[in-house]
Amino acid sequence: MSEVAKPKNNRAWFLVLPVVVSVAFTAVIPLMTVVNFSVQDIFSPDDRVWVGLEWYRTISRDPEVRAAFVRTLLFSAQVLLVEIPLGVAIAVAMPKRGIGVPFALVVVALPLLIPWNVVGTIWQIFARGDIGLGGWVLRRLGVDFNYALDSTDAWVTVLVMDVWHWTPLVVLLAYAGLRSIPDAYYQAARIDGASAWSTFRFIQLPRLRGVLTIAILLRFMDSFMIYTEPFVVTGGGPGNATSFLSILLSKIAVGQFDLGPAGAFSLMYFLVIQVVCFVFFTVLTRTGR
Amino acid sequence: MAVLTSRADERTRERVDVVPAGPVRRLPWAPVVFWLYAATLMLPILWMFLMSIRPNEDILGGFELIPDHVTFANYRTFFTDGTWSDSYRNSITYTSMNAVMSLVVAVPAAYAFSRFRFAGDKHLFFWLLTNRMAPPAVFLLPFFQIYSSVGLFDTHLGVAIAHMLFNVPLAVWILEGFMSGIPREIDETAAIDGYSLPRFFWKIFLPMIRSGIGVTLFFCFMFSWVELLIARTITSVNAKPIAAQMTRTVSAAGVDWGLLAAAGTLTILPGAVVIWFVRGYIAKGFALGRV
Repeated sequence: MSEVAKPKNNRAWFLVLPVVVSVAFTAVIPLMTVVNFSVQDIFSPDDRVWVGLEWYRTISRDPEVRAAFVRTLLFSAQVLLVEIPLGVAIAVAMPKRGIGVPFALVVVALPLLIPWNVVGTIWQIFARGDIGLGGWVLRRLGVDFNYALDSTDAWVTVLVMDVWHWTPLVVLLAYAGLRSIPDAYYQAARIDGASAWSTFRFIQLPRLRGVLTIAILLRFMDSFMIYTEPFVVTGGGPGNATSFLSILLSKIAVGQFDLGPAGAFSLMYFLVIQVVCFVFFTVLTRTGR
Repeated sequence: MAVLTSRADERTRERVDVVPAGPVRRLPWAPVVFWLYAATLMLPILWMFLMSIRPNEDILGGFELIPDHVTFANYRTFFTDGTWSDSYRNSITYTSMNAVMSLVVAVPAAYAFSRFRFAGDKHLFFWLLTNRMAPPAVFLLPFFQIYSSVGLFDTHLGVAIAHMLFNVPLAVWILEGFMSGIPREIDETAAIDGYSLPRFFWKIFLPMIRSGIGVTLFFCFMFSWVELLIARTITSVNAKPIAAQMTRTVSAAGVDWGLLAAAGTLTILPGAVVIWFVRGYIAKGFALGRV
C-alpha cells in the first residue's frame, strides 16, 4: 500500500464490507467455535463442562505433541534451506527471452497446479522400489530404499517431494523479481567488469529482497501446515517418523473426536505460525534498510 | 559546454554499444542447468502418465521403462463410470464459482485499500493475510458443523464459500498491487469528466487492470483446485471433489493403480490449460503483491 497522500475517507469501509463479511463467515465464526471447544470438556452436545485452560496445559506438556512440533520445525527449516537457494539459482539460470520463455514458465508452474493428494500419489508411485522409477534407480545403485519401512527413507521422500512441489513457487517469485531489474544496472556492472558472481551478489540479490520475503513467509507457513502430501505417501509413518503437527492434530480431532484438546491444539498451532511469520517479516524488512 | 556534454554522451553510448546485448552476462551452463531441472520436474509426472496407460497386471508385474502393452482402459473407466466423471465436474464447478465469487468481493476492497486511508485500514489488511496462516485442520470440525447447520453441506456453493477463506485475502493482496500501479490522476480526471464511481469503475478502471484480474482468477482457481482437506470434509456425494474420489480407489482387490494414475493425470489437465492462457502474467502476479 503506497502511502503517498492518499485521501482519508471512512466511507471506504463500505467497499471492504463484502470482504469482511465473507471472511467473518469463513474464518471468524469457525475460529470462535474452536475457542469454545478449547475451554470445555465435551461429552455430548448437551453435556459440557467448563475446564478453563486445562487443555492448553495438557497439550503443551504432551510428549507426542512436543515431538511433532520439533519434527515440523525441523522439516520447515530444511525446506527453507533447500528451496530458497535452489529456487533463486534456477531463476537466475532460467531463460529471459526467446521462445523458450513460455515453455519454461509452464513447465515450472505445472507442479503448483496439481491437487495436493495427487502430488502424494505421484510420489507414492515414483518412490516405490518395485514399480517406481525413482525407487528403482536407487535400488539399482545399491541403496536399500523403502519409504514404507525405513524412517530416514520416509523423511527423505517427503522432503524431496516438497522440494519438487514447491521450489517452483520460489523460482517464479525470484524470476519475477529478476525481470523487474532495469537493464541499465546490468550494463553498469558490465562496464565495471563485474564477474557473474558479483553481479548476482551486489545487483540481483539486493533487488530480490521483496519477493524473497514473500517466498520465505509463504514457504514457512505452508511447510509448517503440510498435511495432505505426507498423509498420502506415508500416513505419518513409519511409526511417527513423518507425523507432522497437522497430521497429529487431525488424528486427535477427527480420529479420536477429542474436541477440547483438538481446539486448544489448533489455537496454539495457529499462534505459533503467526508469531514465527511476524518475526520473519520484521527481521527481513528491517535488516539492510 | 553543450558540445562537450554531447561528446561525452556519444563516448558513453559507444562504450555501452560494445557491451553485448541481453540483460545478464549469460553463464554458458545456465540453459543446461535449467532444462535439466525442468526435465527432473517432469519425470514423476511422466511416470504417472506411463502408468496410466498400462494394464494393472503389468504395473504390478514388474518394473519396465517403456510400457509393453498400451491400453486406454483406465481412461475409459474414468469417463464411463459416473462417479468419476461427476466428481471431476464437481471440482471444476466449485473451483470456478469460488474464483468468480472471490474476485467479486475482493475488487471493491482492493480498490479501497489502494485509494483511501480509513480507520483501521492497515490492521484490516494484515488481519486478512493472517487467515492464510490458519492450518486447514483447525477448521475441519467447525466447518462441518456450520455448513451442515445452514444447509450448505455437500453443495458446490458450500465448498466455493469455504475456499474463500484463503482465496479472498490472496485476491485482495494481488489486486491491490495491480491497482496501486495505476496513477490516481486517472480516477480524478474521470471524476472531472463527470463519470460516476460505478461507471468509471466499469468503463475505465476494470479494463485497465485486466491482466490483474486474469492473474487473480488464475491463483484463485489454482488454490481451490489443489485443496482437498476442507473440500472433502464438507462434501459427501453431490459435490464430492475428484481429489476425494481418488482416495477411495482401494477396494478388496487392492489399489487400482492404473485408474488412480489415469485420474491423477486428468487432474493436471485443467491447470495446464489455465497456465497456458496466463503464462505471461504468472510471474508478475506474485511480484506485485505486497506483504
